[in-house]
Amino acid sequence: MCKGLRSRCLLGCLWFALLVGSAVAKEAVPSAANPELEARVLAISEELRCLVCQNETIAASHADLAVDLRKQIAVQLEAGQSKQQILDFMVERYGDFVLYRPTLNARTLLLWVGPFVLLFGAVVVLTVNIRRRRSADATEWTADNAQRARALLSEGDDRS
Amino acid sequence: MKKAFIPLLIFVVLMGFLAMGLSLNPREIPSPLINKPAPAFSLPVLDAPEQKIAAQDLRGKVWVLNVWASWCVACRIEHPLWVEFSKSGLVPIYGLNYKDKRDDAIRWLGNFGNPYLRSLSDTDGLVGIDFGVYGVPETFVIDKQGVIRMKHIGPVTPEVLRDDIIPLVRKLGA
Repeated sequence: MCKGLRSRCLLGCLWFALLVGSAVAKEAVPSAANPELEARVLAISEELRCLVCQNETIAASHADLAVDLRKQIAVQLEAGQSKQQILDFMVERYGDFVLYRPTLNARTLLLWVGPFVLLFGAVVVLTVNIRRRRSADATEWTADNAQRARALLSEGDDRS
Repeated sequence: MKKAFIPLLIFVVLMGFLAMGLSLNPREIPSPLINKPAPAFSLPVLDAPEQKIAAQDLRGKVWVLNVWASWCVACRIEHPLWVEFSKSGLVPIYGLNYKDKRDDAIRWLGNFGNPYLRSLSDTDGLVGIDFGVYGVPETFVIDKQGVIRMKHIGPVTPEVLRDDIIPLVRKLGA
């Protein structure tokens, strides 16, 4: 009985801790400075590649540099810089590579157009093949052919 | 008959691309700062924080900027090279002590030797961002006009020092 009570109390304490914990955790996220600013920082950092772990955005990365760059974005937003100005700032320092969505220019043209060129080529090869096969099936019907067919058919008749 | 060679041709071309991809280093991202003026900075000297050095103070001479930190393991690999190279006195080497604690940095130089004419403390890493630093150690060669002429990412090897840095510094007239 006593033991049961104790364990129940423990459980209650745990519940209480969990509740308090989750309440605090929920509050901690938006209370980081200014929720509106945080959202804008997040939106911009999702456009930028983390150079340390190259397949992550700055928003997703926990690398030291990503944290610094997020801070930098917040500082610049507070200074009244626009999203484009901040993206330009990053490209000036880290190159086009920092943009998660590569810009369309002479150097990235192949990247953007390449898949469509490949697709187009595949469609062309496919249509040519289908056409060729069809024309091979449809042998021309000439008087000569008809004569041969008739001869073959009658040959069969004779045997039966 | 010729048609049979088409898959082989495609295969060879594909292998060519894959081989090229293997030999590239994805960590080496071409810096847009090459042939651009080095970013302006004014930073305290590591062992004399009351003294500051600015980018324009270094105008008129060729100099090497080596980004390092006491927490950076790869820096230990290249460090003996810098210590040895600094003895030649060919070019002044400045250190950018990136996101480091002052005491740690001074102790680190005490342990491994100090090749730097001066080390500048970039405690919050903001000058590092201006230089596009993303993988310490990094090395820049800056000419007399204050233009970045070369950037090397990662530890400098004896080959890079011998074949790239030294000839470039000579050419720029250190």
